[in-house]
Amino acid sequence: MAVKAIKESKTDKLFLTANYIYLMVAFIVVLYPIVYIISASLSDPSYVSSGKMWLFPKGFTLNGYKLVFENPKIWTGYGNTIIYTFLGTMLNLVITLPAAYALSRSDFVGRKFFMGMFLVTMFFNGGLIPTYLLVKNLGLINSMGALILPVAASVYNIIVARTFFQSSIPKELQEAAYIDGCTNIKLFIRIVIPLSSAIIAVMALFYGVSHWNSYFPSLIYLNDEAKYPLQMVLRQILVLQEMTAETTGSAVSGDIAIAMNNKAEIASLVKYAVIIVSTLPIIAVYPFLQRYFVQGVMIGSVKG
Amino acid sequence: MKEHGKATAIKRRSLRGDSLTGRIIKNWELYLFIAPAFLYFLIFHYGPMYGIQIAFKNFIPTKGIMGSEWVGFQHFERFFNSYYFWDLLWNTLSLSFYELAIGFPLPILLALAFNEVRNGFFKKTVQTITYAPHFISVVVMSGMIITFLSPSTGMIVKMIEFVGIDAPAFLTDPRWFKTVYVLSGVWQSTGWGTIIYLAALSGVDPQLHEAAIVDGASRFKRVLHINLPMIIPTITILLILNVGNILGVGYEKVLLLQNPLNMDSADVISTFVYRSGLVSAQYSFSTAVGLFNSVVNALMLITVNRIAKRTSDTSLW
Repeated sequence: MAVKAIKESKTDKLFLTANYIYLMVAFIVVLYPIVYIISASLSDPSYVSSGKMWLFPKGFTLNGYKLVFENPKIWTGYGNTIIYTFLGTMLNLVITLPAAYALSRSDFVGRKFFMGMFLVTMFFNGGLIPTYLLVKNLGLINSMGALILPVAASVYNIIVARTFFQSSIPKELQEAAYIDGCTNIKLFIRIVIPLSSAIIAVMALFYGVSHWNSYFPSLIYLNDEAKYPLQMVLRQILVLQEMTAETTGSAVSGDIAIAMNNKAEIASLVKYAVIIVSTLPIIAVYPFLQRYFVQGVMIGSVKG
Repeated sequence: MKEHGKATAIKRRSLRGDSLTGRIIKNWELYLFIAPAFLYFLIFHYGPMYGIQIAFKNFIPTKGIMGSEWVGFQHFERFFNSYYFWDLLWNTLSLSFYELAIGFPLPILLALAFNEVRNGFFKKTVQTITYAPHFISVVVMSGMIITFLSPSTGMIVKMIEFVGIDAPAFLTDPRWFKTVYVLSGVWQSTGWGTIIYLAALSGVDPQLHEAAIVDGASRFKRVLHINLPMIIPTITILLILNVGNILGVGYEKVLLLQNPLNMDSADVISTFVYRSGLVSAQYSFSTAVGLFNSVVNALMLITVNRIAKRTSDTSLW
């Protein structure tokens, strides 16, 4: 690029320096709390609560994680969340992909009607209570259906997938398939889907993360604690502060109880550990999948 | 792309000489493809819209939506005349505008700054880290806020005390609620918000920059007079969408951060709907409140869209 060939002037250098400083500040501000939580989850809680632990773990201990993993609620929450996320995401994909493909076809009569009908719901909805009453009338209260059926598709994701199909599946393939006597169903399953792994990944990730992180539907629709997803368990521990030595129950063995008699400290250690444990699956896959996420947002930003 | 699609569609149509019904019949499977989504939106989005009528009725569960008697605007009047109406409206609006004023420009600034850095390890690393908080769930985020602001052990409180100032009671003092809410939102979503602007910036024609360099424009001037104006349409669209949601403050986080002590400034319309509707089971009343909320949002969206269309030719529809 010719732009690079020209030497930076003094004002430009100053500007670039200020720019880097700004980015460094943003970087540190975002990173520090994350590092702090990781370190705090691995530190002796007395150092953390007294403010002696600033960056790296001090008085290294894995007790927080031990307590978290010994808590049966965490395990059921984890299990439930995995089931809800998996089934929910599957349902999302089965609804989103065919619909988006149909909407991407310019020879599909009625695409404007369907698109309009979907779009309206982005800007106007029945609200909390009518939605609740509907779910109740459908007999879904306290069932998995209440968590996955009301969020079975998202307009935004349908638009993203539609834009992808429009721009990445050559129309010539459709022509060729027709000439060979291929039906739309075969065309979709045999040709379009295999060519669309990128968008399937994007959709699975978007939907998957939202299921993993969702708590409000379970708050209003579930009343059986055994069915609680991880986020509801987290709410009890992190927000309602119900995690004390008592609720960890028999999990606290005699030695640990003696070693850490301060319940508040145990509770805060558990909090840091539980934040890490619950977010770990997303953190673990995130660096590998980041480009898919970004790709998804970018496809979505293309106006179409 | 669109042109291309249209051209082949026309070609095929003229090749086979299809009529409208012919085209519908030929692509009958596409209706099968869209049927699940159609049913989903019909049931779970238009279904509740049908249920809105209970805002004008005295809904009694045993009588059902249809069977309950009409009462007109009674619930609305009760809400507008209640002593908490202005507080709720003020809390909701001020929280939204506060969030918009701080949270909206920052991703633009950050994206402009990112754009000045050539691809490299530094840029990649900073982006990876600043995007990350977006994936933290609202429950964990609230938990982090509560933990960091804990008066006895919180990291942020400790930092403030380290400088030698008494830290305010962030979560129990109503004056601090909005700032805590907005700044934590900035932390969580600024990085992620840059993606869409970066996409827009990558579309800026390099020739514009070359011409400006020849004319002796500094980097700063180029950012100000080339990059920024080029992403104005994107900014406008996102602004319209944000304003359209002005009364829809994300109630999940507000709900999690509320406590009896900060309620004065932390109670917003959506959390009020949750409480009066689901906790106290006043179905009709809170549906009316929710409907008021939706109508104001829809009006805001339409108004802002119209203003944007008239002033900048950019609009949602």
